[in-house]
Amino acid sequence: MDRKQNLTALLFTGPFIVAYLVIFIYPTIQLVHLSFTDAPLIGPGAWIGFKNYIRLWNDGQMWKSTFNTFYFVLLTVIPTTIIGLALALMVNRLSGWFQSIILACFFLPYILPVSVVILIWQWVLDTQFGIAQPIISYFTGKPVAVFRDRYWAMPMVAFITIWWTNGFNLLLFIAGLRNISQDYYDAAALDGAGRFKQFVYITLPLIWPVTALVLTIQLILQLKIFDQVYLLTQGGPANATYVMVQYIYKQAFQLNKGGYAATVSLALFALIVVLSVLQYQVLRSRGQK
Amino acid sequence: MIRRLNIAGGLISVFTVLCAVVWAFPLYWAAVTTLKPEDEVVQSGFGLIPRIWTIAGYAFVLLNTNIARWYMNSIITSVSVTVLVLILSASCGYAISQLRFTGRTVLWLAILASFMVPTQTLIVTHFVLMNDFGLINTLAGVVLPQLIVPVTIIVYKQFFDSIPKDYREVALIDGAKEYQIFWHVFIRMNWGITTALAIITFIGAWNNFMWPFIAVTQQAKMNVTVGITQVDDAFGLAYARNLSGAVLAALPVALAYLIFQRRVTQAIMLSAGIKG
Repeated sequence: MDRKQNLTALLFTGPFIVAYLVIFIYPTIQLVHLSFTDAPLIGPGAWIGFKNYIRLWNDGQMWKSTFNTFYFVLLTVIPTTIIGLALALMVNRLSGWFQSIILACFFLPYILPVSVVILIWQWVLDTQFGIAQPIISYFTGKPVAVFRDRYWAMPMVAFITIWWTNGFNLLLFIAGLRNISQDYYDAAALDGAGRFKQFVYITLPLIWPVTALVLTIQLILQLKIFDQVYLLTQGGPANATYVMVQYIYKQAFQLNKGGYAATVSLALFALIVVLSVLQYQVLRSRGQK
Repeated sequence: MIRRLNIAGGLISVFTVLCAVVWAFPLYWAAVTTLKPEDEVVQSGFGLIPRIWTIAGYAFVLLNTNIARWYMNSIITSVSVTVLVLILSASCGYAISQLRFTGRTVLWLAILASFMVPTQTLIVTHFVLMNDFGLINTLAGVVLPQLIVPVTIIVYKQFFDSIPKDYREVALIDGAKEYQIFWHVFIRMNWGITTALAIITFIGAWNNFMWPFIAVTQQAKMNVTVGITQVDDAFGLAYARNLSGAVLAALPVALAYLIFQRRVTQAIMLSAGIKG
């Protein structure tokens, strides 16, 4: 009987296990192995021990792209969480078809492919004809080629990213808000608590688990940024938007340095794991207070 | 007091609508641009409605680029990814949920662990692997690395767990085969979840940029999301054309969302770990 169960189970799990071993386990082991060699992208290389890791530590562009990745995380993670919560509070007040339409307005960008998103914004922000340039000119006095300006480029990519992906946070927050029982608000209103007090003492603490979830998902997501930056600025101007995944891409596919690209990949992986564990701990302890 | 609240509430509602209009405006602006002639596009001003209506941008993209080909590639790869991911995940989730077998816990932990590894860090070795298989610049090479989606297995397992054990045991006593129980009982009872996961997997595969961009360098094998960035390179400043390509590339996922809005929402919540 047990053997029969095992056989049946193997039939059900076999295809996945094969795929898992070939597409996930093998490439992961291969990545670690590659990081200790000087191999080109395709073909064998010699074992060079920790040389790639030492080089990584002293690599200026690596630090630059790490710094830029953190800058991007700073510009996106907390703002998008706050905006998501604010919009959710606004949308949650509405009801019926009206709510559906308003929600769709905020959510629609999220399901678009990244290349469509960047084509839209390249047009909206076009230096000569862009419809957003009058707004920029209002503050700066003249149109700005935002993706070619080292101070504007990264905040603009972050802005577009928030516009693009905020629908996801909005959905999670709306679900969270709906889970808060109306009874709390009724009881608080009976005790004479105003809207603001209700928000601070009921909504905020009870929405905290969702907030923590959104922050964690966003942190991991934004550390992996590549598509938007690559399509909008190629990392420029003057490396002002060069990020870690793009550095992997450059080492592997432009400079043909498979070994070193693997080392950079592992560094990014380690960073993501460490930061998400760290954030999880911090957010959890805050939630318990 | 109540009157004051209503005025405040009304103002917030107006503000909400304003925000929604501003948020969605770039979408409208891009869409309306595709219906203008190229010289009207670059005229200054706020042409909310085209003075001259035209579909020249679409005609140009359809006739002068490989977009029909890219579209086919996108459909083939996205549908393949969707079907394969669902089959692999559902059957694996079923085994973990319903069968007791050697290595079950190890398999489950391995799936949870793979959740942690971002696919972006595997692009180098995925490329090497696909090259070893001779699959660079092929549609199969685009599909294969997208097949491991741990979250789909996790969702399936949760839903299969919530079906009472009696269902399977009664069916076994009646002489049903395991695959029959899997298909006729467990999948049928979770058909809603299956559609939701299928739609979200399809949207994800269609929108995937990085891997198709790396795995394919020949124009003829590109996905539409990668291909339209090539149109941009080729024509420079021709926004009606570029955006026509963009609208076409976005059409399937936008329609999928508008038609299956509730399912898409449900699938997103489930993937984030919130049971909706």
